[in-house]
Amino acid sequence: MPNPTTWDNRADRVVPPSGYTARLTQFTAGAMAFLTVFALALSLATGRLADRWSSELARSATVRISAPVEQMGIQSDAALKVLLATPGVSSARILSKAEQQSLLAPWFGPDLPLDALPIPALIEVVETSDGVDTAGLRLRLQAEAPGAVLDDHTRWRQPLVKAADRLRFLGVVAIVLIAAATASMITLAANSALAANGQVIQVLRLVGALDTFIARAFVRRFTLRAFWGALVGTILGVTAILALPGASTEGGFLTGLGFQGLHWLWPVLIPPLAGIVAFVATRVAAFKALKGIT
Amino acid sequence: MIQLADVSYGYGDADLFSGVSLDLQPGSFYFLTGPSGSGKTTLLKLCYMDLLATSGKTTFFGKDAREMERNDIAHARRRIGVVHQDCRFLDHLSMSDNVSLPLEVAGKPRDTENLAELLGWVGLSSRAHAHPPELSGGERQRAALARAVITAPDVIVADEPTGNVDWEMSERLLSLLVELNKMGKTVLIATHDLNLIRAAKAQVAVRVLRIRDRKVQEAGADL
Ligand SMILES: Nc1ncnc2c1ncn2[C@@H]1O[C@H](COP(=O)(O)OP(=O)(O)OP(=O)(O)O)[C@@H](O)[C@H]1O
Ligand SMILES: [Mg+2]
Repeated sequence: MPNPTTWDNRADRVVPPSGYTARLTQFTAGAMAFLTVFALALSLATGRLADRWSSELARSATVRISAPVEQMGIQSDAALKVLLATPGVSSARILSKAEQQSLLAPWFGPDLPLDALPIPALIEVVETSDGVDTAGLRLRLQAEAPGAVLDDHTRWRQPLVKAADRLRFLGVVAIVLIAAATASMITLAANSALAANGQVIQVLRLVGALDTFIARAFVRRFTLRAFWGALVGTILGVTAILALPGASTEGGFLTGLGFQGLHWLWPVLIPPLAGIVAFVATRVAAFKALKGIT
Repeated sequence: MIQLADVSYGYGDADLFSGVSLDLQPGSFYFLTGPSGSGKTTLLKLCYMDLLATSGKTTFFGKDAREMERNDIAHARRRIGVVHQDCRFLDHLSMSDNVSLPLEVAGKPRDTENLAELLGWVGLSSRAHAHPPELSGGERQRAALARAVITAPDVIVADEPTGNVDWEMSERLLSLLVELNKMGKTVLIATHDLNLIRAAKAQVAVRVLRIRDRKVQEAGADL
């Protein structure tokens, strides 16, 4: 890895190398970048999960028909006709008595006399990926089969999607906290470097150095260190994520922890952002410290 | 160039001096004398804005010190070459880098020929690559003088620049300052060395200021 302090620069040379604090900065930036990669991956994966859940669940629905026994057959057929004529419905079929029995068995036992009970008929609907205009479908069902009720699973889908959304939000909060912690640590490191070089700064001021000239030496140093540290941390973090077992369709959440497509741009942004955080933190610290020296 | 008007300064409650008025004219040559501890270094520090007067008005190149921003102070200091009594350097840089520091800081190119000539004049050619902690007291003073004059500033302020060197070298350093003065630069030297003042008087018109009883007076022909 290149050692940024050896790159020649006017302002850089006049401040003695601050090996220890600079190395700490590099390490901190690296560790923080590593953590950021995971927070990002978590955020993006939960985002994808939320999308998938809402789209997969949306693709199945149930129509329940409660009607007087003599109407049941007519209404079921009417509802089925409406459904099959609805754009976005890929298939719809009436569940057989046996299927209904097996659905209810866990609650009422296997010997339920379905014929003797006013059990609603059920139609299982599978939608195409385009989805169905639920509101329109409800209206049409209402007209053709007044006893039909469309249940598009919105009710129990919502909490899952909400949970995933919240997890994504927590990932973002983690990233913000990491950035803030990085800024604090770099500020501390910069302050200690500035304090250690009080004599140097005094001499520079006495020979007519502008604050910007002196600050530049420190800012440049810490910015480069943070950048290189974050670059290494990001590479390690991404490598660790790539080394996770591959994503499988039924693997669900954990194996889906990775970057896909344009999302690869996010980890690429980490090193420059770390550099910017270090730049701002050091600059603020430097100008504050310089105020105390004539 | 630099004006002090009714200026006082004290480190604690008591004033070290008060009611000091001083007007450094362009192209003139001043000496500042006075007993040890009388405040010569302090007065010079007021002249290069290391200290700000507790009362009174100081003006640098026509600007009131109290109205100067930090950048104004830096720019004013580029026009004032200073030899500090304690000769502070950047210890991680070589002596020649230290001498060139005012150029570096001002973003001016380094003139290696000029640097070599200057180091030759102060007798430090062979020590160019040494680091400040490796220099003797006299070598440090000479390096400090070289650093003070490398940009040919309008004003040169030197605090005991010959305190640690032999008489021959003192005369050599004095003649450097006299040359610069003849080029129109203002020179202000604090010293105890009456021989130095006499030697200067033989070459240029000098004015001698003396700190006595917390006042700055212009000394007469008694020196
Ligand atoms: N930073 C300081 N804090 C408190 N007192 C100080 C400080 N600097 C100098 N003094 C005091 O102020 C007085 C004047 O000091 P100054 O250095 O100006 O004297 P000087 O005339 O240059 O003496 P010398 O000829 O020994 O160099 C001294 O009594 C000194 O102890
Ligand atoms: Mg003194």
